[in-house]
Parts: sequence; structure tokens; C-alpha cells
Amino acid sequence: MVPLSWYLALSAVLFTIGVVGVIVQRNVIVLFMCIELMLNAVNLTLVAFSRFLGNATGQLFVFIVMAVAAAEAAVGLAIIISLFRNRETLNVDEADLLKL
Amino acid sequence: MSSVLNSIDIQYVLGSLIKIALFWVFIMITVAYMVYAERRVLAVMQNRLGPNRVGWQGLLQPFADLIKFIFKEDIIPLSVNKVLYIVAPVVVLVPAMMVLIVYPFGPRSAPLPGGEMLSNMLNNLGNSLGYDWALDLRHVNLFVTNFNVGLLYIFALTSLGVYGIVIAGWASNSKYSLLGGLRSSAQMISYELALSLSVVAILIPAGTLDLVKIVEGQGGTWFGFIPKWNVLALFPAGIIAFIVYLISAIAETNRVPFDLPEAETELVAGFHTEYSALKFALFFMAEYVNMTTVSVLAAAVFLGGWQGPLVGSYPWLGFVWFIAKVFFFLFLYIWLRGTLPRFRYDQLMNFGWKILLPAALVNIVLAAVLGVIFL
Amino acid sequence: MEIIHLLFLAFAALAVVAAFNVILQRNPIYSAIGLIVVLCSLAALFLTLNAQFIAAIQIIVYAGAIMVLFVFVIMLLNVREEEARTDRQKYLKLLAVPLFVALLAEVVVVIRYVNATPPAIPNPNTVSDPATSLGTVESLARGMFTDYVLPFEATSVLILMAIVGAMYLARRESPAEVERIEQALAADSAAETGADGSPHA
Repeated sequence: MVPLSWYLALSAVLFTIGVVGVIVQRNVIVLFMCIELMLNAVNLTLVAFSRFLGNATGQLFVFIVMAVAAAEAAVGLAIIISLFRNRETLNVDEADLLKL
Repeated sequence: MSSVLNSIDIQYVLGSLIKIALFWVFIMITVAYMVYAERRVLAVMQNRLGPNRVGWQGLLQPFADLIKFIFKEDIIPLSVNKVLYIVAPVVVLVPAMMVLIVYPFGPRSAPLPGGEMLSNMLNNLGNSLGYDWALDLRHVNLFVTNFNVGLLYIFALTSLGVYGIVIAGWASNSKYSLLGGLRSSAQMISYELALSLSVVAILIPAGTLDLVKIVEGQGGTWFGFIPKWNVLALFPAGIIAFIVYLISAIAETNRVPFDLPEAETELVAGFHTEYSALKFALFFMAEYVNMTTVSVLAAAVFLGGWQGPLVGSYPWLGFVWFIAKVFFFLFLYIWLRGTLPRFRYDQLMNFGWKILLPAALVNIVLAAVLGVIFL
Repeated sequence: MEIIHLLFLAFAALAVVAAFNVILQRNPIYSAIGLIVVLCSLAALFLTLNAQFIAAIQIIVYAGAIMVLFVFVIMLLNVREEEARTDRQKYLKLLAVPLFVALLAEVVVVIRYVNATPPAIPNPNTVSDPATSLGTVESLARGMFTDYVLPFEATSVLILMAIVGAMYLARRESPAEVERIEQALAADSAAETGADGSPHA
């Protein structure tokens, strides 16, 4: 059996890559993908703990996280489409309408 | 390294590999002759001859086609995105082929003729190499493996096939290909919902997602003469599910009358316009493998899979029943192609979202109500 | 070292490489493909954790639905290469060093101190009631429709809201705008047929 620590370490690495992506990327679609990456890193921890505790609750939580991610993707991509229609760009720095 | 080798269940791995190889060859030959059969049957329906020159009645035609595909010049257009253009056909074919490990070809532990000799031979071979193998091949399961989420595994892999088509359309850098790719992804996403939901209604009488157990649960008869197939279970929920499944399966595999993504008369073949030679052959093969997959699912989930008369005493007969049912569905594809005209794009979308999907959803409720009453 | 360790290492390496691909590529379509690879390798890792159902759902929902939506939007907006980056957040580079040190420290601490022995799990193929095994459809369904039925129902309301919201947000602004686009398209196609029609063009 693979030790729990390996899964946790991998999850930490993936989560950090996601955070770095949110910081360095300016394309709003890729930002969104980085958020999905972070969600997935968390899902991996949840499933790993579920296995090592012998309890299905962690997996149920992952199931609900996936449903939330799907809802988020639908709304988020709709926002991106209307943003692109109005501003002709996907760069988040350009979409600062509330800032002077 | 030796500890890695010792941790492998050699009987399971070796047996699975042999079975995968045999089933793979079987599926490939089926696909090759499906193409031949399609051309001949369509020819008969349209009052012409069809390919009949290569070999007796043209029976060697698939091999001639294969040789032609291999020796054609492999053109990569200048303006394509090279990496994605090359990856796309692989992405379409690999998930399509991975599905076959859960095909329930026949019952558990069928006696293998000559199995004792074969297992002795392999054990001696293993012993002479220094491993203590104890293989037992006297009885074999006529499927590669079964697991708790077999049906979901098939849906998961078929949903990955969309990417190959989308990527092919995008990487080709051609407007016809892009339109074909977008149409196909929209169509496959829409009809995948109806396809999966129609099967959900059947899960209520079946009670499991394991394909092998679904087939095993369909043995026996009602009133002594009606076979206990899921298509007749919880009447009329089973039959509605079957109709919804059949329609959305045809749409899912992009076949006539739902072949808009590759409508050769309007989109010059759609997403694979820019493909030639072996890459085109991979798309072609993937389409037919996917047709086989949905036919296998239809046979296994709705029509009792390998269940049939005399299977109890002759387990290998189950294989024959199963293949006969699958071939019936494959023939249905050809039949439809010879009969029906193509839908318009908006008709297709309206039909999928406004008729099939609500029908599948209502059918789940109906099946659940009937299941509570009768099961 | 068993085969499962090799599988873990292979898929973990694939996931990390693909995750870097997500954030380093300029073209969003490559980022999307990188993320799809991450999702698929995570599904494989879920299988090493006896979570068959979650692995299948991961592929169906994430790879088969959510990412198709992303790819679809990228193609619809026809996003090509991103323009050169405007380095407006220079101070964030300074943040990278402590973040990296924190990550490294976390990985070291986790690998050194976290230690757990997993409980034995009955084989779902041989056990009489699959709900007693972990990760099967039956065991998850039992949890979902008994203890966690309220979050489950709340999720369905959330998804309904998301559908309505997405439809509202992505619709065309007004009939006037639709008309403007149709006129532009008509002018465009008229110009095209004119160009194709004239033999001296």
C-alpha cells in the first residue's frame, strides 16, 4: 500500500502549482483552470484520508465538490463569454471596470 | 525489482493479457468485416453490386483496404498544429479500444478445451525460468475482468473520445473541420446525457453497475416463456429506456440519421477533412469500434447478453448468443443508413434536449415507482 | 516496492508535469489539455485508493463534461496565443520565495511525520453486501441518501441555480444587438459572394 504521506505531498505540490498559476497567469480561462486544479488537489487529500480512515465520508465530500465545480464552471464560463463580448479580451488586468 | 515481480498475481495478469489480445483481434476482425458488410448490404439495398472482386465475393476487401491505407502518402498540411494533429486520432481510438476489458462475452468459468495441457505447459515454462507458477486454465471466464463500476467505466471512456474529435477539428486549421468538430462535441455532450439516463432506469431492476452481474441477473424466464431481459422488465419502463438508448446511441456514434459532424455532402467530411492515410484509418476504426461498444452495451444491458437457451449446459453457446445479439445491432446501423435521410442541426438539438432527455428523466421516475411496487 | 508504488510514482509524475503545463503554456488550449491529463492521472490515483466510483465520476464529470465546456469556450472565442505579459505585479515575485519554502517544508514534514496504516477493506466482488466495502457505488449511495441527504439535495438546488444563471449570463444582450450582428454577417457574406462572383477580382 502506498503511504498516506505520498498522497499528501503530491496534493500539496499540485495545490501550490495551482496557486502559482492564479498569480502568474493573466488569461481568465487559465485562471479558472488553475482553480479547478486546486480543487482537485484537495479532492486527492479527501479521498486519501477516506481510504486511510476506512470511511466513505471523504468520498461523498469529493462527490459534492465535483458538483460544485461543475456549477462553478457553467456560471464562470458564461461570465467569461459575456466579458469577452463586451471587452474583446480575456486578460483579467483589462477587466477592471470598478477601478479608476 | 524482484519484489515488484512477486507482487503481481501472475495468473490474473497473464490470463488477462492473453484474453485482451484475443478479444482485441476479434473486435478488429469484426470492425474490418463490418465495413465490408456495410458496403455489401448497402449495395443490395441500393440495387448495385458492392465490392466483389478481391477474393471470393470480395471477402478479402478489408485487407486490401488496410494495405491501401498503410501505403498511402501521409500528408500533414502546412498550416496545421502538428502535435495536436498527430495526437488527435490516437486520442479517439485508444479510449474506444480500452473499453473492451469489460465486455461480457460469455459466462464465468467455461471449460477450456485443452486447458489442462496448456496450463501444464506454461507452468513448466515458468518453473524452468525459476518462478513457481501455478496456473490453472481448465476453466476460463469469457470476459477479461469485472468490477463494481463497469458500466460507469464504459461511459467514462466513451466521454473521453470527444476530445480527439474536437482537437482534430481545431488542429486542422480549416473551417470545415472546425465546424465539424464543434458540431460533434455539442452533439456528443447532448446525447451522452440521454444515453446515460436511459441506462439509469435499467439499473433499478438490475441493481448493480457491474456488467457481468447485470447479464447474470437476466437469466430465467417470466411465466416460463418470456425471457427475463431488462428490456421487458418493469414494463413499460424497460422498453422506453431501450428506445431512448437506441436513438441516443446512434447519435452518440455520429451515424445516419445523426451524422451531422461528418456530413460528407455539406461539411466535406467534417472533422477529418484534412486527414489522410493511416490517421484517417484510425478515425474510421474508432467510429466502428464505438459502434461495437454501444451494440455490446445494448445487448448486455437490455437484451440479456449471453443469456439464451442451453447456455446452462453449453457455456460456450453463450458466446454465440452474445455475438448474434451484437451483430443484430450492427446490422441495424447499416439498415438505418440505407433507409433514413439526415436530420437538420436544429432538429437534432431540439430532439435531444426537448424530447429524449425529458423522456429519459420521466422514465427513471416511472421505473422507480414500478420498482417500488413490483420488486 | 510493489507494483502499486510504481503506478503511484508514474501517475504522480504525470500529474505534476501536466500541472506545470497548465500554468506555463501561452496557448489556453494546451493548458486545457494539460489539465485533462492531470484529471485523468488523478482518477488513476483514486483507483489506487479503492475509490472506483469517484474515479469513474472524476472522468465522467470533470474530464468528460467540465473540461469539454472549457475547450468548447476556448474554441468559440477562438483564443490564440496570449500577448506578452504585462508585469504589473512585481511584488508578487518576492512572495514566490517564501511560498516555495513553505511548500518544501510542508512536503518534508508530511513525508517525515505522517504515518498511518490503512484498515483492511473487503473485496467488493466477493463480499455479500457491497455496501460494506469502501468506494463502491452501494457504500457511497448509502451515505449519500441517509446521513448526507440534505447536502445532496442542496447540491441539486445549486446546480439548478447554476443552469439558470448560466443561461441568463450568456444570452444575447438585446434584440438590437442581435440585429446589429445579423446585419454585419449579411454585409460580410455579401462582400464575400461579390469577391467570389467577379471573375476579375
